[in-house]
Amino acid sequence: MFKVRADRVGRCFPIRGQEGNRDILRVLEEFNLDIREGEFLSLLGPSGCGKSTFLNILAGLDDLDQGSILVDSEELKKHSFDRGMVFQSYALLPWRTVLENLEIGLEIRRVPRRERRETARRYLRLVGLSAFAHQYPHQLSGGMRQRVAIARVLAYRPNLLLMDEPFAALDAQTRESLQIELLRIWEADRKTIVFVTHSIDEAIILSDRVAVMTARPGRVKEIMEINLPRPRSEDIRNSLEFARVRQAVWLLIRDEVGKTRQSLRIRA
Amino acid sequence: MNWRGRWGRRLAGLGVRGVGLLLFLALWEAAPRLGWVNSTYMSPPTAVARALYLLSRRGELGPHFLISLQRVAAGLLVSTLAGVFFGIFIGYFRRLELYLDLLFQSFRQMSAFAHFPVFILLFGLGELSKTIIIFWASLWPILLNTCSGVKNADPVLIRSARSMGASRSFIFRKIILPAAAPEIFTGIRLGGSYCVMAVVAAEMIGATSGLGYLVLYSQETFNVAEMYAGIVSLAVLGLGLNSALHACESRFTSWRRDIRTGE
Repeated sequence: MFKVRADRVGRCFPIRGQEGNRDILRVLEEFNLDIREGEFLSLLGPSGCGKSTFLNILAGLDDLDQGSILVDSEELKKHSFDRGMVFQSYALLPWRTVLENLEIGLEIRRVPRRERRETARRYLRLVGLSAFAHQYPHQLSGGMRQRVAIARVLAYRPNLLLMDEPFAALDAQTRESLQIELLRIWEADRKTIVFVTHSIDEAIILSDRVAVMTARPGRVKEIMEINLPRPRSEDIRNSLEFARVRQAVWLLIRDEVGKTRQSLRIRA
Repeated sequence: MNWRGRWGRRLAGLGVRGVGLLLFLALWEAAPRLGWVNSTYMSPPTAVARALYLLSRRGELGPHFLISLQRVAAGLLVSTLAGVFFGIFIGYFRRLELYLDLLFQSFRQMSAFAHFPVFILLFGLGELSKTIIIFWASLWPILLNTCSGVKNADPVLIRSARSMGASRSFIFRKIILPAAAPEIFTGIRLGGSYCVMAVVAAEMIGATSGLGYLVLYSQETFNVAEMYAGIVSLAVLGLGLNSALHACESRFTSWRRDIRTGE
């Protein structure tokens, strides 16, 4: 059963070339990807390969020029109460307290006030931040803010969770502990997650499958099944299997990073 | 005990901030008394205080003050309503801003006082042209600040809400407006101080009441102490208006309090 089926998706943007002439930047081309119900799938690729563009299209924040995307066997809708997105920059509302931030998704869905409060409190407890319910986001550390953002999207209870490099702005320790925390939460209810990252380790530790993308114009080059046992913990980084998978993914992505570098050099 | 401590600290704070003012008052008092300046043209603060007292006892100061306050309030109210409304509209539809920006920037740079003769021609010497010059002076900072506040609402907040299926009106009410609120209030406070400046000019031409009239009339009749009394009252009006608007702003943007003081 597929949650999402992307068929020959294409997306391009008009840009200004070097001499100011009009040009077209092809970001996605012939992009095919099937995402299974309840799986944790990572999109891994060199920067600028279009992985975030695909996520934005899935989130209804961008349009596609070619091909089609089916979600639950139906045409992708621009407007849906079934998706939630986590951003690298947290996207918390600075004028709302932590608890009020958690409620925003439920407000959008017009959940009654009391139920909203209760649900928000429950998910705040889940990420271990109950003590900070009435603080404002700017009073929290980066890692705590991202936990709030994750709790917010979970409280909204979407069937499709989209995460756009959510841990990229955090320091290494915070990042690793949040990865494990995300796994713990996800393993409890197994909603479909599409996770965009450029970190090989992160993709492997979290995912059931890793879709490695080509350099621009982006499409899926190969999909790696990650057969590491669940539930996973920190220790998995030291296992032989992890090292083996890491090597395989690295080989896949090496050429693509090289291509990106080359095209940059040609332009420069 | 606690109560006294708090008020003690507040008074001490006021004392520190008042150092400059007290020094200035001392200098002002000394200058005419020691003959540094001609005392015919500059009354010392003690004389000004006496004039203030006499004016209010004669029942003249209160009405002048109130009529000025009323004009400022009316002008500021209209300009706030219009400025916030059109500012939101223009900030929301960016294309519109592109067309209008140069026009608005030119209007803003033109002195409101330069328009006063025009308003008198169009609307006569009555209350209407007074309200309009006050409105005109305060409209631009409010309009332009509102516009920029709406425009600068963090796009990632909007995208986040949209990804959860928020409607346009939800995004507008719950994301864009609160995001713009701090800049809107800055505009209103700026507009408020322009109002107090504009009311003086308005009351100096063809008026028979208000603090501006009091200042000009006292000067013409050589009541120098009363002239300064009028000027001091204008300062009080401005300070009062500003702190009232500030209190209003704090209520609506309380979340920013410790950002402003650097956490």
